[in-house]
Amino acid sequence: MSATVTSGLMNAAYISASVLFILSLGGLSSQEKAKRAIWYGIIGMAIAVFATILSPQVTHFGVLVPMILMGAVVGIVVAQRVEMTSMPQLVAALHSFVGLAAVFIGINSELDPPQGLSGAAAVIHQVEILLGVFIGAITFTGSMVAYGKLAGSISSKALALPQRHTLNLVLLALCLVLGVLFLQHVGLWTLLLMTLLAFVIGVHLVMSIGGADMPVVVSMLNSYSGWAAAATGFMLGNDLLIVTGALVGSSGAILSYIMCKAMNRSFLSVILGGFGNTTGPVQAIDGERVAIDEHGVFAALEVAERIVIVPGYGMAVAQAKGVISELTQRLRAQGKDVRFAIHPVAGRLPGHMNVLLAEAKVPYDIVLEMDEINADFPDTDVVIVVGSNDIVNPAAQDDPHSPIAGMPVLEVWKAKQVFVSKRGQGTGYSGVENPLFYKENTRLFYGDAKDSMSALLKVF
Amino acid sequence: MSNATDSLSPTASKRQPFLVGACRESARDERRVALTPASARYLSELGYRCLLEQGAGVAAGFSDAAYREAGVEIVAARAVLLAQVDIIIQVRPPSSDEIAAVPSDKILISFFWPAQNAALLAAANARRITVLAMDMVPRISRAQKMDALSSMANIAGYRAVIEAGNHFGRFFTGQITAAGKVPPAKVLVIGAGVAGLAAIGTAQSLGAIVRAFDVRPEVAEQIESMGAEFLLLDFAEDGSGDGGYAKPASEAFIAKEMALFREQAPEVDIVITTALIPGRPAPLLWPAEMVGLMQAGSVVVDLAAEQGGNCEMTVKDALITTDNGVKVVGYTDFPSRMATQSSLLYATNIRHMLDDLTPQNDGVPLVNMADDVIRSATVCHQGDLTYPPPKLTVPAIAKPAAVTPVDPAVALRTAQAAAKKATTIQSVSLLAAGLMMLLIGSIAPASFMQHLIVFVLACFVGFQVIWKVSHALHTPLMAVTNAISGIIIIGALLQVSSTSWLVTGLAAVAVLIASINIVGGFVVTRRMLAMFQKSEG
Repeated sequence: MSATVTSGLMNAAYISASVLFILSLGGLSSQEKAKRAIWYGIIGMAIAVFATILSPQVTHFGVLVPMILMGAVVGIVVAQRVEMTSMPQLVAALHSFVGLAAVFIGINSELDPPQGLSGAAAVIHQVEILLGVFIGAITFTGSMVAYGKLAGSISSKALALPQRHTLNLVLLALCLVLGVLFLQHVGLWTLLLMTLLAFVIGVHLVMSIGGADMPVVVSMLNSYSGWAAAATGFMLGNDLLIVTGALVGSSGAILSYIMCKAMNRSFLSVILGGFGNTTGPVQAIDGERVAIDEHGVFAALEVAERIVIVPGYGMAVAQAKGVISELTQRLRAQGKDVRFAIHPVAGRLPGHMNVLLAEAKVPYDIVLEMDEINADFPDTDVVIVVGSNDIVNPAAQDDPHSPIAGMPVLEVWKAKQVFVSKRGQGTGYSGVENPLFYKENTRLFYGDAKDSMSALLKVF
Repeated sequence: MSNATDSLSPTASKRQPFLVGACRESARDERRVALTPASARYLSELGYRCLLEQGAGVAAGFSDAAYREAGVEIVAARAVLLAQVDIIIQVRPPSSDEIAAVPSDKILISFFWPAQNAALLAAANARRITVLAMDMVPRISRAQKMDALSSMANIAGYRAVIEAGNHFGRFFTGQITAAGKVPPAKVLVIGAGVAGLAAIGTAQSLGAIVRAFDVRPEVAEQIESMGAEFLLLDFAEDGSGDGGYAKPASEAFIAKEMALFREQAPEVDIVITTALIPGRPAPLLWPAEMVGLMQAGSVVVDLAAEQGGNCEMTVKDALITTDNGVKVVGYTDFPSRMATQSSLLYATNIRHMLDDLTPQNDGVPLVNMADDVIRSATVCHQGDLTYPPPKLTVPAIAKPAAVTPVDPAVALRTAQAAAKKATTIQSVSLLAAGLMMLLIGSIAPASFMQHLIVFVLACFVGFQVIWKVSHALHTPLMAVTNAISGIIIIGALLQVSSTSWLVTGLAAVAVLIASINIVGGFVVTRRMLAMFQKSEG
């Protein structure tokens, strides 16, 4: 017992790691605490990994150390290089790794089962393997597809296969049958086949979800990766895995819930895919779109006192955050009140806009969420909508037949003047026409958000 | 002026500018005035010249000198003024003598109450006087700027509380002092129109506990928005009538209402009644029996005294003390008691009315009978009796189209039923979960149950912790949870030392990708958090 760690010490290490993880998540309640909180997470992880490596069961250091080092280097390089606008893709990609790891560990556990299990314990162990592998497999392919959609390599449109619900049900039923066969010790092939089917379910699930629902999908996959880790923990009888998995799983579940609430969608309808079962004709829109150029916007900004900027995914895509930050600085230097209004589902993952604005050094105390700022729009002189569409669509309130009816939206049309920076004539992610663009106090500032805003800055 | 039917006088062209004049109010104790120096300035912008009877503004705090400065001509004799002016603006309806003194073909703008003053209306019409009654301005959004009833009611509501406080021997606000504990005053406001809401707001800001009652269930929200407690009557009748006013209630309803008041009467210290039904005597809401139930020293302020009073004991224009020591205030001149404020508001309402009457801003009034607001306010015009006006097509208060009116009592019952159902579902599912646990516990080995305990507790901790995460940090949260879900590496670490090369291989790959996940997740989170910064200063 010289260099190795006893099981008592290992449990102590696992307890400290669990506590540190909880502290790390709890620390995210405020920006100031968050920077320290992340260190709790890192230290917790380090303690857990070293304690495990030093435990007597672990011997193959020749394999282990290079793998960890390689992983660390790849992780650092990827994380340093990634653009903040590509954050959603990165998060999705990382989720897929957890899923795949869970699949491998599950299969390993069947190949090399723990000793001395019999009766109910053995059955439970097998069920745990099934669950771990199943959730892991769905997480893996689901995240891969989510990555593809977010990165733009797969069409973000919802895939609507005929009978898609039946397909899901059939696949699920097949998995169940295979699972039962596996419990009867028919053979390893049942487990492997079920894994393949779960891969298909993962692909199909995320393929049939439209781009507008991506924030929910990403947080849902986040949740799945947690449950996969928890299932693995049960399988290996490891409490640290169980605790961490449960923390991550519930975190993702809450985020999904918040996202759904923000879009007035039920979780089930998001997961099962297909957007907007309208119940009647959508209202026709009167009026016409009036375009404006940077000089017009500048003239309005000159006399405005209270300005609100509503960023959306378009700002992220166009990389316009820096220009917008500079615009904000100029306007604030002139003594104008400039604030940002963030809709809970702006962007493609929760809090996406906050991160982008923070990166562009926009002070976070002028970045407000929907509920904080919605009442202020009637007193606002100018609203600049940069690349958002559905989240400022008045049809959500006015038109009961609109597919987005009932979704809480930023009431920008109540401001004296609204400028919409918009790439073209197209509709938003939901594919719903936006009456805001036809309102009398709305002017459309066509062009790529970054080019438009740079042109505007030049006029200053 | 070519429009001979509507323009006041065919001789307009040689008589410009038109003159607007205000006389001293003749009613006893009326301190208000229909013209203020400020409104006179606006009227001259509309092209009018203003005249004022000497000393008419003094009681409201506006000296003749102040008027002269605003370009108003001060006239000593009323008869001279009346002969000169084209438009007479007043606060109170004229007496029959006064109407007789007004030369024909003039325009009179004042409160008129045509329903109650039929004889006066006939007299005015006989003299071909055009009367615009400020009390007949419809309650639609466009006309709010000239809604003098609301501006006066607002003042009356405020003043009612101030009067009540004047006659009430205690504090409004509860206090604990070295000299003893003072309970807060309890104020009951009956009728939540403009005056009622103003009274609620005033009493509330003075620190009293305020309760309010109204027969119209839809005002519950407004009452609560002012900070008062809405006394709910468990009865399915909507008392809303036309024009945002209340309509008379049924007998059964009144019985319920009285039962509610009987409960409140011994408790409350101050009762302010503001219930009016247009064109009818005020409803009797606070009979002598209720006054009898009140504590000595309590105060009743009856804002409906002019229309006969909501309280049976009310004596018009007087303050009485009942045998059981309750003071009942029956003043009818609450706005006049704050003459400066009410003159300022009333004169502004008049000014807006004249603004609408003068579309060209040329100092020539045009009584446009096609305009809903002017049509409704005009009770007689060039010898034609135009009262009552036709019903407006625009409802005074837009009712939500899709929503059927919901009685708050019913709504409350539905809500209670829903809450009860939710509780039932919760209890049933808890029970089911408990049974499930027992089932698992009976067959599963002890080690599994221990893990299950850890799992369930961790889920609860997770839920508690994550709800507190600030919205702006949701992306870092996702990145950090992503990083720590890489803890799955431990499973792979434990398997890598297997004797089977296949197991070792798979575990090695798992270790590799889990490490990418851990390191990548933490680095990216740190990058994100480093960017959050507060603005300097």
